[in-house]
Amino acid sequence: MDLTIATFLVQDGLTNGAIYALLGLALVLVFSVTRVIFIPQGEFVAYGAMTLSFLDAGRFPPTASLLLCFGCLVFLLNLWDMRREFSVSGLARNALLNLALPAAIYLLAVTLASTQPGAMVKALLTILIIAPMGLYVYRIAYKPLADASVLVLLIVSVGVHLALMGLGLVFFGAEGLRAKALSSGMFMVGSFPVSAQSLWIYGATIAIIVGLYFFFEKTLLGKALRATAVNRVGARLVGVRTQLTGVTAFVLAATIGAVSGILIGPIATVYYDTGFLIGLKGFVAAIIGGLASFPVTAFAAIGVGIVEAFTSFYASSYKEVIVFGLIIPVLVWLSISTTVHEDE
Amino acid sequence: MNFNSKRFSLAAGALILLAVLPMLPVPPFWITLLNNIGIASLVAIGLVLLTGVGGLTSFGQAAFCGFGAYTTAVLTTAYGISPWLTLPLSLAMGALIALPLGLITVRLSGHFLPLGTLAWGIAIYYLLGQIDMLGRHDGIAGIPPLSIGDHRFMSGSSIYYVIWTFVILTAIAAQNLLDSRVGRAIRALRGGGQAPEAFGVNVVRAKLTVFVLAGVTAALAGWLYAHMQRAINPTPFGINMGIEYLLMAVVGGAGYVWGAIFGASIVLVLKEVLQRYLPDLIGSTANFEMIVFGILLVLILQFARDGLWAFILRLFPLASARKISADAPLLEKRPTAPQGSSLIKVEKARKTFGGLVAVNDVSFEVTAGQIVGLIGPNGAGKSTTFDLITGMNSLTSGTVSFAGKQLSGRSPRDIAGQGIARTFQHPKILPDMTVLENVALGAHQRGHSGVAKSILRLERGEEASLLAEAATQLERVGLGEFKDRPAGDLALGQIRILEIARALALDPAVLLLDEPAAGLRLGEKKELATLLRKLRSEGMSILLVEHDMSFVMGLVDHLVVLDFGTLIAEGSPADVRKNPAVIAAYLGGVA
Repeated sequence: MDLTIATFLVQDGLTNGAIYALLGLALVLVFSVTRVIFIPQGEFVAYGAMTLSFLDAGRFPPTASLLLCFGCLVFLLNLWDMRREFSVSGLARNALLNLALPAAIYLLAVTLASTQPGAMVKALLTILIIAPMGLYVYRIAYKPLADASVLVLLIVSVGVHLALMGLGLVFFGAEGLRAKALSSGMFMVGSFPVSAQSLWIYGATIAIIVGLYFFFEKTLLGKALRATAVNRVGARLVGVRTQLTGVTAFVLAATIGAVSGILIGPIATVYYDTGFLIGLKGFVAAIIGGLASFPVTAFAAIGVGIVEAFTSFYASSYKEVIVFGLIIPVLVWLSISTTVHEDE
Repeated sequence: MNFNSKRFSLAAGALILLAVLPMLPVPPFWITLLNNIGIASLVAIGLVLLTGVGGLTSFGQAAFCGFGAYTTAVLTTAYGISPWLTLPLSLAMGALIALPLGLITVRLSGHFLPLGTLAWGIAIYYLLGQIDMLGRHDGIAGIPPLSIGDHRFMSGSSIYYVIWTFVILTAIAAQNLLDSRVGRAIRALRGGGQAPEAFGVNVVRAKLTVFVLAGVTAALAGWLYAHMQRAINPTPFGINMGIEYLLMAVVGGAGYVWGAIFGASIVLVLKEVLQRYLPDLIGSTANFEMIVFGILLVLILQFARDGLWAFILRLFPLASARKISADAPLLEKRPTAPQGSSLIKVEKARKTFGGLVAVNDVSFEVTAGQIVGLIGPNGAGKSTTFDLITGMNSLTSGTVSFAGKQLSGRSPRDIAGQGIARTFQHPKILPDMTVLENVALGAHQRGHSGVAKSILRLERGEEASLLAEAATQLERVGLGEFKDRPAGDLALGQIRILEIARALALDPAVLLLDEPAAGLRLGEKKELATLLRKLRSEGMSILLVEHDMSFVMGLVDHLVVLDFGTLIAEGSPADVRKNPAVIAAYLGGVA
């Protein structure tokens, strides 16, 4: 094997692996806090990448309209829930969070879209549009089912995935899009060329991992999330609002999805259904981590990225077969290493 | 089986309609649609068994269709084998692939199977598109039609009858299976594995059975599909179809075999309608129906988790009351141990969790015809001792034996097989099943018929005996009048009695009761004590764990008192009551 090729493949694998790691972490986060296996995570990636592409082209991103629709729907649902105990403060909060917030983001998008702002502004706007979707998706699809089994929640996730992917098709069309890099250019590390975009990817991944670490270790909300993950009933008994921790997990997941989309948009052509496959590769990593361990998931994701890079070079037509087939030996290993335990 | 005339006439009407439909002047695409519904129904029936009944699920059923379809496609086109000969091979292929996949996931938590099927469903789709022998992405064309003699099932309306014959046979087979001993074990899976395992159900095997069956019905669907289309490619076997099949099972009602056909009809008709009208509405042609399907899936699970078939069944309620045949042959009984002989012998049993000694070299004995009480304050190690005897927990050192045979290291299932039946501190019943069926689950090990016999109804004699036994035990404990009610309707006291009846259905030599009086009202406690005395007078030996002193004092023959994992006193209730160590343990203070 040529060393240059190997280096190139490793770098390619690391770049993709870093993104899978982000997604895998989001999946573990959502699952441990809410027991939801969040299949639609990938859709946020596609939404993020496509929103950025639209902004790059100076066009208004349709996700902002979608956000407004979600917000209105949630507003109405909350209003319906309030039919028995109405309160002015509740109504105000409802209107602020579900009408004013998406409306403000919508207006911001309208204003900024045509002005061709800088890459960072576009990236931030993208995150701003996608992140609240986590909140709305949680409220619309999952909150009414908070007591359901993991299996029911998983099937709901598939439903949400179908709906979001279909909406992506309606809003973005069937064409693939590619965003502009956050910053172009190449660096030489020793004798190897490294693109600026991949530096962005490594940097963002590390920043998010470190950020999550501090969030979980140092903040009260982060600790509440961990408490919910360890024992939901116990957390509730000591005053943790498990609804709030659930919402937080979903918003974090949507944010991470949007960031991943922004990172991957410039290095791959993204279609409305690309997110699903990308998200599932995060899943392969999360499953290797037993849907529980953050560090194992992160390392496994890098592994998945590298395996993918090498197979796409040596057996490109079998790339997906091998990457998704990885799950089989992993399940065998998990099955042998885990002690039998009762399902919930 | 219990018929209801309204249901019967409805079913007969549907069957006649199904039979004459192709002869009526209906548009040909109706027949095509019905053929597709029939094929999808087969997959959905398998998923109903898996998801609605067994509590497992799979997104990869479309891949099993693919195995069935490609098996027959290759064998009939490349080797010229008759389609009827490839049918068993296609089914075997489904089973052969389901088996290892099931084996590696059944021991894991329930969500690993669906996730595994999701990932490998995608892998299989890409794999089918890469293999030369399978024609890569172009697939295989020129598959021969089915034929009997000179008659070739070429047209949609002729293969229609083949498809629907298979659908109806499969539905009846599934229905028969559910209404049998094996079916009860599968239905018990949803309540968690612990209770069925304690009654001798091999939980891993029950899960595997239903996963393999689901794989086989999907392969059957694939075989039919290949001979209907006479050309196949990987597309209909991808993950999207896998998800669509699950949608059908959920819409129809995970748990109802006939609901699967209903769900398949709704989804496919809806798809047809959406594909016709949505593009006009939105202004372009693409697979927009997935939005509607996604929303439908979420809404059904939010508002009608039992699916839509449940609503239809509610319009035609069953006249329940299950017939118990009075002349069913009695089940074989275990020889009763002679009065006073040693049954359970615990010798220097020790259990440590890390540095904590939960059970500290405890020894005692249960002899035939006795009620032995294992008592102690909270945290004394009673429940752990109980788990050591029933095999839920393993001993650190020491031995537990039963009638001279070692129990240590055996599984709860084996221990139940020895004749040790138990109840649970937190009752583990199946609320949706009738009281009678819950009790019949206890007699699981006393029957032997397997899947094939159940499907063909060759086990009716044995089943009648099992149900008769369950009814007898219900009469014995005084719950006879409730036998056809869902077990979830009972009050806690009755549920505890139900658990005792279920344990008795095992024909045990010893009955192990884990805090049977916990949470009961005074009246219920008295009734329970009366029942236990009656069982003793009938020769039953009982070991009960309890911390309610007043309940045990008047009841038991022998008391074993634990405190902090150590045996502090043993003897008749009168002696133990006077024992200073016991008084200290219960009241605190200095003895």
